Amino acid sequence: MVRCFLIHTVCPISALSAGECRVLYSRVFGPDETVLSEELQELNPEERRLLQKEKVAVVARQVHSAVTLSREASGRQLVEMVPGEEVLALQDADSGVVRLRAGDPFNEEMSVLWLGVHSLGFAMVCEPHENLLLAEGTLRNLSRHCLEHLHMLGPGSEVLLKSSRIDVLLSRLLPHGQLLFLNHRFAQSLEKEVAAYMAK
Amino acid sequence: MYSHGSESLIKQAREIQEPELQKFYSRLVKLLQGKELGHETVDSLQRLHLILSATKYTRTLPSELRTRLLSLLSSPVEQLQVLSSAVLREMPPLSAEELNYIQENVGQLNSQTAMNYQISVSLTLWPQQAGTRADLSSVCAQLLRGLDNRPSEAPAHSLMHTLPVLNTILTHSPECLTEDHITLLSKRLVDWLRYASIVQGGGASSGRFFTGPRSRQPVPIAELDGMVSGDFFTVLCVGQGFTEDQWMNVYSFSMLHHWLLTYHSVSNGNSTIETDDRSEVDGSVVSMVSATSSSSRLLPPKERLREKAFQYCQRLIEQSDRKAQKKTDTELQKACLVEAVCILDCVCVEDASLVFRTFPFIKALFGRLSADLSFARVLLPIAQFYLNHGEMAAVDCESVWKLVFGQFPAELFSDPFLAHELLRFLRLNLEKFQLGVPQYTHFFPNLLKFLAWDSPAVVDDFVDLLPSLVTPATAVELLHTLLDLPCLSATLILQLRSTCLPISEPGGRGLLSLDAFRNPSFRGLFLFMLRGEAGSGDTIDRLSTLHDLLAEAADWPRVVQCAQTIPVLLHIYFNTVVTVADEKLLAHLILVMLERSSILLNIPTYIKEIHRVFSCHLLRMCKLHPSLVVDQSHELLEFAGIPGNVYSKEELYTHVVWVLGEYLSVSCDSRCSVSLITSCFETLEAVLFEITSSGTPPGTVCPAPRVITTLMSALAKLASRSHDLIPRVSLFLSKLRTVTRGGSVAWCSDEEDLVAIVTRGEELWSLLKAPSVAQSVLTPSPHITTPQWHRDTNVAMPLQLRALTSLTHPQ
Repeated sequence: MVRCFLIHTVCPISALSAGECRVLYSRVFGPDETVLSEELQELNPEERRLLQKEKVAVVARQVHSAVTLSREASGRQLVEMVPGEEVLALQDADSGVVRLRAGDPFNEEMSVLWLGVHSLGFAMVCEPHENLLLAEGTLRNLSRHCLEHLHMLGPGSEVLLKSSRIDVLLSRLLPHGQLLFLNHRFAQSLEKEVAAYMAK
Repeated sequence: MYSHGSESLIKQAREIQEPELQKFYSRLVKLLQGKELGHETVDSLQRLHLILSATKYTRTLPSELRTRLLSLLSSPVEQLQVLSSAVLREMPPLSAEELNYIQENVGQLNSQTAMNYQISVSLTLWPQQAGTRADLSSVCAQLLRGLDNRPSEAPAHSLMHTLPVLNTILTHSPECLTEDHITLLSKRLVDWLRYASIVQGGGASSGRFFTGPRSRQPVPIAELDGMVSGDFFTVLCVGQGFTEDQWMNVYSFSMLHHWLLTYHSVSNGNSTIETDDRSEVDGSVVSMVSATSSSSRLLPPKERLREKAFQYCQRLIEQSDRKAQKKTDTELQKACLVEAVCILDCVCVEDASLVFRTFPFIKALFGRLSADLSFARVLLPIAQFYLNHGEMAAVDCESVWKLVFGQFPAELFSDPFLAHELLRFLRLNLEKFQLGVPQYTHFFPNLLKFLAWDSPAVVDDFVDLLPSLVTPATAVELLHTLLDLPCLSATLILQLRSTCLPISEPGGRGLLSLDAFRNPSFRGLFLFMLRGEAGSGDTIDRLSTLHDLLAEAADWPRVVQCAQTIPVLLHIYFNTVVTVADEKLLAHLILVMLERSSILLNIPTYIKEIHRVFSCHLLRMCKLHPSLVVDQSHELLEFAGIPGNVYSKEELYTHVVWVLGEYLSVSCDSRCSVSLITSCFETLEAVLFEITSSGTPPGTVCPAPRVITTLMSALAKLASRSHDLIPRVSLFLSKLRTVTRGGSVAWCSDEEDLVAIVTRGEELWSLLKAPSVAQSVLTPSPHITTPQWHRDTNVAMPLQLRALTSLTHPQ
């Protein structure tokens, strides 16, 4: 299962101070792991929510530093992208995996797959036994749809104001965090449904 | 991209004031009361979501708003379902009544999407009462009741999200499904996986103007290469449209691996409980039956599912050999291969008799894919299969390990996903490797290539793996390799560049080192760096030549990142090596440390950091085995006798002098002779004279004060063991006092440091005036340095306290 999908900022941006990372969208799937663990029974709901938000922030920061280090090592220059070049942006994107140890911050060990598209990071937190090949393909697909449907290569703020579109996308392509083996026909059928929603 | 506009939106959402917020809430409630819910409502809901999610602190909504939002979950418009569920997920959890409201609706709604969003709300916001698991169980029960209906009665698409929801619940709480549930679901999974319809779904014949009877003929499904499919439906089959059970086929396969891992693992206690269905079948009959597929109808549901899973994976492996027409499908084929092999592995772990049926496929697959590096990530699960079952099937796995440890790291070190998966494979199976494939440690030069290329990403894995790679046979070569890892990093960069760039390219970065890389006379150096296996020598003679050739690589980011991880790994190395090495090996390592302290790639701060690590562990090693100092006294003295080392290797030098002073004594090793002490004394004395001589011109770099005091202390310790040396030390120390009284000296620029040095000198001088006292202070016998406290009846604290108590308290 995928535990969490998030979109956040990476690399220094003029709007933020250096090293700061803004989470633009996050979706945690499934029951809160703290609810079912014995040690954390005494937390109240506000604390649980806070804990979950903090966990997501930790993931974002880890990916942020992984992207920064990876870009520094490869020495590639970032090319400015404009809306319309989503496929190209994805081809050029940096990608990698971060290992999160058990307890830091999730109870179990997790693998975080990430894609860095210019100043945006797309991250998917997967459980250890997950099929990472499938997860990688799904992440790329989701990122492409997000970039296209929310015009994320442009200066707008649709990612914040139209986040329901991402919810719908996830409900079709990653329902409740389940990765799906979709050949092009199945994928087309689901994407048609998504496109129909976006058109409204 | 993220703009100032977005940043200000988030700030506004976070900093919205309470009165304005309340106004917004009441406006929203009014909007939701209206009959028609139009664009303004949708926009407001979206803004509400932004306000709630932008901050990590919870905001409470007025209860009327909550009620309205809950009712929106059942709205026929998907946009409202989505928004209301998103908003509800951001709030503190639902009360019992609210939860009941949702649960009552779950089973009854016709719309799959609405049910989907409702469940996402209830799963996220489960109240933490005692009945938590029971609540989840009841949701499962309700969902499964929906599954139990005849397919024709249930409306279209109503079942599709059942499996993902169940999968997510059983991730967190597998006990929520009872045995009956498991049996029911196993049966349905078998139906969907193996018996989904093999004709294309609705719309297959659309597009024709004249719809005659012929056009209503069912069109069979096709394979990915366009050929008509000849066997049952799988995820690798295509059609114009799909029937519901074909969709369920996809969802079932997507969760199959996880299902098998959860409920079919051998150690799972539940699997031993007999259900009514199994009462007919005897245990021994089951294993015989599972060896043949024809009589699978007699099998109980779990075993039947296993058999069908086996057949499905077999078919997927065959289907993956076809050439898909679309690129995305080729990628899917690879993912399916990985999943199929994993499932087969899981199934064989559960039922060992299946291994003999499975191995031919796996072997054939390995043969087909091993030559193609683009399938490397598929070959890892195959390697796992070999590791788990190879011994049982008496299959030779040598070629597999050669591929995984020999070829993959050497050629695919730059693939971050392969690196992650290969290292994870190694980490998870470490014990099996240590028992069954102990020669994997010889591949450490290859494995370290992952670290050299992308240190930040994999250093965490190597923290776990490095201890197992430290063996007496590989220890010395491993130390050299770790110290030269930045060189390996640079070499790998050059290797990649040399294949990418044309032979003669003017300008361009790294030209000198690239030329050197391509130069035949230096080939051997680089080839040694790029070697895949250990055993061909600890290091090379012309190491410093290599460092000179790679000098410009010292500021390449990848090399710098690599250099930053080495100190940590060296600490782990040394911590491990003291547990596995004998004294002879430790002595060799001390020599390596002394030798390599001057042969390191010149990256800023790298050399200092390495020296610090060396110093720390030299100390630990000598403390554990004091006789090492006498053993290696010749080399240590050689190192300590070079005045230049005082300036270039201050940290290491200080520690060498300290261990010489501390452990060069008869009480540590009986081989320590008077002449040895004397020669050591003379060496250190000479260095001390030189660095404190007034002959040094002003303006040259000063030796660190700590070196001087350490030298003085060492000399005093040595003198306390051989009393005829005492006059020499005392003479020097009194001379020192005289010289420094005259004001500043050339060899010490700081006033306070000079005072500290002189004070120490005076302490030692007065101590040495009474030789026997000096001896007991500076060379204490072991029973003083290793106090026994509670074990020694004379000094045991409780006894002393008891004695004192009985003396002072009148009875």
